[in-house]
Amino acid sequence: MKLHRLLLAPSLGTILIFMVLPIAITTLYSVLTPAQYGGVIWKPSAEAYIRLLFERDIFDDTLTFNTDYLQILGRSVLQAGVATLLCLIIGLPTAWFIATRPPGQKSLWLMLVTVPYWVNLLVRTIALLLILRDEGPINRALQSVGLIDGPLSLAYNNFAIGLGLVSSFLPFMILPLYAAIERFDFSLLEAAYDLHANRRKAFFAVVLPILRPGLIAGGLLVFIPGIGSYLAPDILGGGKTLMLGNLIGMQFQGSRNWPFGAALSTILMAVTLIALFIVARRAAREDA
Amino acid sequence: MALFDARAKDIRNLPGFGLTATLAVAFLYAPIVFLVLYSFNAGRSISRLDGLSWRWYQAVFANEEIAGAALNSVLLAVIAASVATVMATAAALAMVRMKVRRRAAAYAVLNFPLMVPEIVTAIASLIFFSSVGLGLGFGSLVIAHTTFCIPFAYLPITARLTSMDPALESAAADLYARPWTQFRLITLPLLAPGLMSGWLLAFIVSLDDFIISSMLSGPGSTTLPVHIYSMLRLGITPEVNAVSSLMVLASALVVITSGLIARKHS
Repeated sequence: MKLHRLLLAPSLGTILIFMVLPIAITTLYSVLTPAQYGGVIWKPSAEAYIRLLFERDIFDDTLTFNTDYLQILGRSVLQAGVATLLCLIIGLPTAWFIATRPPGQKSLWLMLVTVPYWVNLLVRTIALLLILRDEGPINRALQSVGLIDGPLSLAYNNFAIGLGLVSSFLPFMILPLYAAIERFDFSLLEAAYDLHANRRKAFFAVVLPILRPGLIAGGLLVFIPGIGSYLAPDILGGGKTLMLGNLIGMQFQGSRNWPFGAALSTILMAVTLIALFIVARRAAREDA
Repeated sequence: MALFDARAKDIRNLPGFGLTATLAVAFLYAPIVFLVLYSFNAGRSISRLDGLSWRWYQAVFANEEIAGAALNSVLLAVIAASVATVMATAAALAMVRMKVRRRAAAYAVLNFPLMVPEIVTAIASLIFFSSVGLGLGFGSLVIAHTTFCIPFAYLPITARLTSMDPALESAAADLYARPWTQFRLITLPLLAPGLMSGWLLAFIVSLDDFIISSMLSGPGSTTLPVHIYSMLRLGITPEVNAVSSLMVLASALVVITSGLIARKHS
């Protein structure tokens, strides 16, 4: 038993000290007063959370309701939600197709889907911007065929960010779905057909409910990094449309309001933990 | 039976699914292919191909800042992946022999880094290292990268360990091998492929990181992704394409190596 503790101590200690503790300190920072050039003054203050909802008048200190930050929060949830839905729409048929291939083809397809995940995310995001640009291959191809006169603005907007999120996280959706479909017992379909279900009905009534854990896992794996994503909005949005990740990052670069950044980060962490908790509890209940 | 097979085949090949899969793969690869192709452009343009050349690669190799950043990245990834692999191996060895209830708590901590959004880790590390006085720079980068690499190294190692036959260790014990000898002669060689995949996964995850490194790197400890990002301020140039393509090549080499290891031992 002592040996076990000794073996576990380095990894658990490292994670507790250098990840769990820093996140706890971040939460503490969110209720302190910002120092002028970054950092904090050790005086408690709820200002960071008030700032999220209200704007303080610099002359008479009155608070007026301000939805600017709420909008960014809402936009992040919406963008991540849409990206998750798109990943699902693309990922489910893809995973299904891969899982029903013969073994040799299966591993080839799996490799094709996994390899992009190993390529640096910054590089992938730059690559996507390259083809979406006004002078990129998509616009030039459409123009040379004569379908459009001027370039379509595919880059530097919400569409591009969404596409960026989908391409960043699509493998996260495909892999858990693949694992779920792989385990699916196809003889259940035999039963469905015996009960005169047609193909569509069999798919929605038999297959989909069984795939639910895979769908939830994939959904979380796309949605959670999606809300906090930094590179896609930064590079593909052209800095015009902020998402939560960028807003947090800004507080530690130009704006230098550490408590506000810490408060936003605490909210993101809370949303993440709540989502994971709900899913874990539901999974536990279904197991029981 | 024949009738059922025909129907089963039916739902296995749903209309449009193959097309979706093909398009999904095309969507994932097209930008990367385009990026690599244009890195060989003889001209200065990133939207018109004027013949092929190595000139941008020569420019990249002649650029000392890029070389320095690349060296930092590789050094950081090697150290972080190695330390994380050693820690993860120790943890995995303890975990397979532990009681289920105690294991659950340790498992939650080990996987914690996977659940935290990257931006949260990034600013929490920034706050932590500056508040404890460690400051920013290579040392902080090594600690932060090692921390988030642990679960990535742990997963393949523990997978390999649970698929090993415990009777082999018992046999060694029956032959009076002491625990350390057992570990050295039996467990470690059998675990080797898991260690390699764990190390490679941790290595690539460290190499992939941008946001945490960008928050923690001080002057002189810039990593390659952070440097590429700073190059973007001047817009995407063929030089950006070339250095990015080299990162694609590095990833491809790691994936192929890890695929070969997996194939050899499956």
